[in-house]
Order: sequence, then C-alpha cells, then structure tokens
Amino acid sequence: MSEQDVLNPEQMPHDPEKATLEGKNKFMGFWFFLGGETVLFASLFGTYLALKDSTNGGSTSEELFGLELVFIMTMLLLTSSLTSVYAMYHMKNHDFKKMQIWLGITVVLGLGFLGCEIYEFYHYIHGEHFTMRSSAFGSAFYTLVGFHGGHVVFGLLWITALMIRNAKRGLNLYNAPKFYVASLYWHFIDVVWVFIFTVVYLMGVL
Amino acid sequence: MADKVSGATDQFDFEKQKRKDEMKQQVITFALMIIFTIVAFAMVEAELDKLFVIPVLLVLAAIQVGFQIYYFMHMSHKGHELPSLMFYGGVFAAFLTILALVVLVWW
Repeated sequence: MSEQDVLNPEQMPHDPEKATLEGKNKFMGFWFFLGGETVLFASLFGTYLALKDSTNGGSTSEELFGLELVFIMTMLLLTSSLTSVYAMYHMKNHDFKKMQIWLGITVVLGLGFLGCEIYEFYHYIHGEHFTMRSSAFGSAFYTLVGFHGGHVVFGLLWITALMIRNAKRGLNLYNAPKFYVASLYWHFIDVVWVFIFTVVYLMGVL
Repeated sequence: MADKVSGATDQFDFEKQKRKDEMKQQVITFALMIIFTIVAFAMVEAELDKLFVIPVLLVLAAIQVGFQIYYFMHMSHKGHELPSLMFYGGVFAAFLTILALVVLVWW
C-alpha cells in the first residue's frame, strides 16, 4: 500500500497512523519529545514554586488570582481535549469530513482558551500593574503560564495548518500520522494545564 | 474477489464497533475528569484546611493526568512500551528537577 492511497474501508490498515515506517517513527519520536517537554515544564514549575513567595512587596497570588476565569479556561481546554479524541476516532474510521469538523471544534475551543488567557494577562498588567518585572513571582508566573500559552498558540497553528493543507487531499497514510501526532500534542497541553490550574491557581489562592 | 471484499468489510465493521465502545469509555473518562475538576475547585472555594486540601488537589491532578495519558492519548493500548519508557523517564527527571528547586528554598 502506498502512502498516497486515499483510505477506504475495503483496504484499511488497522492503525492508519502507524501503518507506514514513517508513521511508526513519528509516533515513537513524538513520545520521546513529550518526555523532554515534561522536563522542560518541570523546570518552570520548580522555579515557580521556589519563587512564588518572593513578591518584592507587590501583589501576592492570593490578591491576584480569581477562580471563575480559570474554571472557564479549564473547562474549555478539557473539552477541547475530548473533541480531539473524537477527531482521532473518526480518523480511525476513515471519515475525513467528520475528523475535520471535530478538529475545527477543537481549534475554536482552543481559541476561546487563548482569548481568556490574553484577557487575564491584560487585566493583571493594566488593572493590577503586575508584570514580568514586578517581582520574582511575576517573572516565574509569566514564564510558566506564558510558556504554556505559547504551546497553545503553536498547537492551534499546527492543527489549523494541517486542516487547510490537507483539506483537498483527504485522509491517507501520509497525513494520518501528522494528524495523530498533532492530537497527542494537544492532549499534552491539557496535561500541563491540569498542573497549572492546580499548582498555580488553586494552591495560589489557598 | 467478492468474498474478499465482504470479508474486509466485516472486519471493518467489527473494528468500528470496537472503536465505538472505546469512544463510550472516553466520554465516561471525560465526565470523571470534569467531576474531579469541579471537586478540586469546590474544595478550594470551601476554604478547608490547607494541609488537607493540598495533598488531595495533587492526587486529583495526578489521576486526571493519568486518565488523559492512558485513555485520551491511548497509552493503555498495545505498542506503547518504548513511549512509556521515554515518557516516564521524562517524569522521573521532572520529579528530580522540581524536588531540587523546591528543596533549595525550603528553609
């Protein structure tokens, strides 16, 4: 089977994302990358935990954080994780159209999350005068949460690019691994967010 | 030839049904994750004792992440031995990193 063949039920490989050698390698390599990302975020979390009480006389986490917005953001990102599961479910059934629709919903939810985060940062900077330069706490906070936000931006661009790039091609063994790996990345973003809302926000207001 | 095609279709239908059942599990997993999140936020809103809430929050987060990795990211499926090894290798290094940075400022 050539990787350019458009998939249909009569000649389907069991897991389209791992049916070619390139797909297998991408799958393996991407998990290795996620192991590295875990360490990267751990260093940012460790820095944050070490510096969160060094407020330089400025705002503390109790004064700054409100839980309503964080709760909405959590729900948006968690739901977007489920919608990308749906997208991969339809990919395995070789239903390209439905996969695109669910990926589209994922992107919309991700944009909603990003909008909330931009609003939050804007509010801190202009409303509370809490910036990256305010204190060690500020630096650690914006680095950690901003880095996660950067991952969200990259994930959105990635998924959107894949959707547009393959819109006319349909699903085949060439792009199935690409979609699969992008969905893994999106889940990982949610994994990191679970720790951010727990460690930064919930433990911050306790 | 006709037999071969219908055989392939049967196989496809079987796989499809299997995936459908799995998708139901995914939705249940999602519901549990939502519940854990709500419990975590509610516990903080209720202003319970810090020493009790923090460990529970961390456990809830760990369970949620486990769901995410094993079900949403399919690590419970076959063929994830090396990915698990690399990922847990990363988690181990992550643990050491956080431990080192936190212990540095402990006192």
